[in-house]
Amino acid sequence: MILENAPALAIGIPLFAAFAVFFIGKIGKRAMKAWVVAGLLAAEIFVIWLTMDAVSGISHFYAVGARFPSIISPGGFPIRIVLAADAASTLVALVAMSACLLAALFSFSFLKEKNAGEKFYSLLLLLSAGLVGLSFTGDFFTMFVFLEVVSISSAGLIAFFREEESFEATFKYLVLSSIGALLLLFGVGMFYGKYGLLNIGAIAALVAVEASFIDFAAVALIASALLLKCGSFPVHMWKPDVYQKASGIVSAVLVASGLVGIYVLFRILFLMLANTPLSAMIGWVIAIFGTISIFIGVTMALKQNSLKRLVGYAAVAETGFVLLALGTGLAAITTRDIFSFKAVVGGMFQLVNDALNIGLLFLVIAAVAFVTKKKKVGEVNGLAHKSPVLAVLFLIGLLAISGMPPLNGFASKIIIYESVYMASPVFSIVGILGSIMLLAIFVKVFVAIFLGPPYKGKIEPLPKSMLLVMGIIAFFILFLGLFPKQAIEFVFLPAANALVNSQAYIGGIL
Amino acid sequence: MSKEMSPIVKNVACVLAIPIIIFGLYIILHGHLTPGGGFPGGAIMASLVALFLIAFGTGWAKKINKGILSWGESIGLALFGLLAFLGLGTSFFNNFLANSNSLFGMSIPFGPNQGFLWTGGTIPLMNIAVGLEVFAALSIIIPIMFSSDESSKEGKK
Amino acid sequence: MIDLIFLAVIALIVIGLYAVMFKRNLIKIVVGINIIGSAVNLFLVSLGYRSESIAPIFTGTESLNMALATPQALTLTSIVINLAVTALMLSLVIMIYRHYGSLDTLKRRLKE
Repeated sequence: MILENAPALAIGIPLFAAFAVFFIGKIGKRAMKAWVVAGLLAAEIFVIWLTMDAVSGISHFYAVGARFPSIISPGGFPIRIVLAADAASTLVALVAMSACLLAALFSFSFLKEKNAGEKFYSLLLLLSAGLVGLSFTGDFFTMFVFLEVVSISSAGLIAFFREEESFEATFKYLVLSSIGALLLLFGVGMFYGKYGLLNIGAIAALVAVEASFIDFAAVALIASALLLKCGSFPVHMWKPDVYQKASGIVSAVLVASGLVGIYVLFRILFLMLANTPLSAMIGWVIAIFGTISIFIGVTMALKQNSLKRLVGYAAVAETGFVLLALGTGLAAITTRDIFSFKAVVGGMFQLVNDALNIGLLFLVIAAVAFVTKKKKVGEVNGLAHKSPVLAVLFLIGLLAISGMPPLNGFASKIIIYESVYMASPVFSIVGILGSIMLLAIFVKVFVAIFLGPPYKGKIEPLPKSMLLVMGIIAFFILFLGLFPKQAIEFVFLPAANALVNSQAYIGGIL
Repeated sequence: MSKEMSPIVKNVACVLAIPIIIFGLYIILHGHLTPGGGFPGGAIMASLVALFLIAFGTGWAKKINKGILSWGESIGLALFGLLAFLGLGTSFFNNFLANSNSLFGMSIPFGPNQGFLWTGGTIPLMNIAVGLEVFAALSIIIPIMFSSDESSKEGKK
Repeated sequence: MIDLIFLAVIALIVIGLYAVMFKRNLIKIVVGINIIGSAVNLFLVSLGYRSESIAPIFTGTESLNMALATPQALTLTSIVINLAVTALMLSLVIMIYRHYGSLDTLKRRLKE
């Protein structure tokens, strides 16, 4: 019975935990921490269970509030709020949930001195519920609600520590994301006006029969809102600002939230456009956006002085890789070439790697700031003498992000280069050059912070919880890098299959 | 910083308090029968706070007990979540009270009727929870916005 | 009749976007976002309109020709969310004003 309700519980448990943190916080700090970890861990277990089921071919579709949770549609289409947990959505939910769980573990010793209590965890739990909801939802209006939940809670988290100028970044983020969400709602309204439906699968089934201008306009509005969420080229400006001003922990979670945005974007595009002539055009537009994101991210990262801003631009470039791969996959889907599917596999792989690599870099930066008590990490140098662990972790992160062989970034990027090269050599070459530039940039940063004469200032010992979290991420980076074939066969092939195969999704919901 | 207004305004505000509260409660309790529900009702009740702030000046805002209000906010949210979880016997958010002849569980025939209050299952209970939450949250936010000299960033819902 | 509403929706969205993009005052930007929100709400409500229909209330009604209830529920939800976002944005504006002493976007840059 409990497992039957797993898709709803994965959203409901963090939501309820967020509401109840206030009461548990009255008991004591220790109880509150235990409550937060328990809530996130329970949701994480449900998501892992769903992922295991989904990759072995059993997708779960769940109707909230129904007499029977499995889908029942008396009028030919489901009128309830539907949650869809197939291989692609569970993979993304797993990434988001793990990011929130690890960020919560990481923040325990970090927040001790900042004296920030239940409100931070309340927002974090709310964000995790919003992200899982966004990836599971099979209903357009719920998507809007979860998008706003994510926007509001992440805006609260960005401004939480009230470091100077973080308000400005938060304001920028909130303005852009609320405009995006309203555009999405406008597009959803168009779909509702035409079909009288809000269910994504049901609408996709109707669009596949007779697609008209209204549908494309609605898809364009929704796509622009989600591109804004993931911070790709035309609307990438908020990303470096926010990542620079927010705390490293929050940035690591925000990376995952951007990736959920990419997944939702492509879920909708694959569902709505797969059988129309527009798929090639939209696919190429997004691939071009991705390529320009790579170019802008790398070139702007070159001239940054602030380390967090630099990683923020690197995150824009990494987002570009995912968009390039998935966009190429969408563009070539009508020709049914093998490389289009391969590009989607590479995109899903890169999506996970993006969260791991950028997340690790942000967490290492937060840890460096924690042990040295410096506000500007750029002023630190020669830290490798005092804290070799951090140096090794940063090295792993930078090699992974720039796609060096034994690590996960190489495994995913080589697939992307190969498959994109078949469709368009230029984009592939821009990608390779961008990756090499990233290596140059990060080696420079590494030398500046960790090498050189030994660090003179006092450093605090690195707390065990931080080490554990970064160790887990580094382990997964190494694991995915050393056994990419097994990982692809086990997780990413089913995920790409679920994303591309729109009939399975529609059939599951109807 | 606004000052107190004249005694006429203050007295009228006190007189208006009762109808505002009653109207808000009416909207909340009839949420499953008529347009309205938890959010509009809670917002109507919170408009009382705005009225009193205008009539009595910002000094009055210091008398508001924020502790109780944040308890109310959290209780409302937790109650809502709890009601969703109680439906888990069948599915999340399942309306397990409807047509059960218990709390708000009267069964009614389909079609137009005079409106029976004792129906709707968990929906009126959720409306009450949301009404409590919205009233408490807006009563915290409005004085902060009004005086804006306190360093607090309660904007989250 | 219904086309006029759609024209009004488009006009309101354009006005809102204009305010967000070209106004330098932060409060005006918040107002612009609220205008876009109202336009989208108007759009949703007008989708559920039927000619000569009554409000979808079952209590003591004679006619069954009702406006669609779903868009109204959606609009209510969207109003709630807009309220939360507006409250958060205005509190951020208060904090920004306290930090920079100005609401003008350009002046804040110059002060840095």
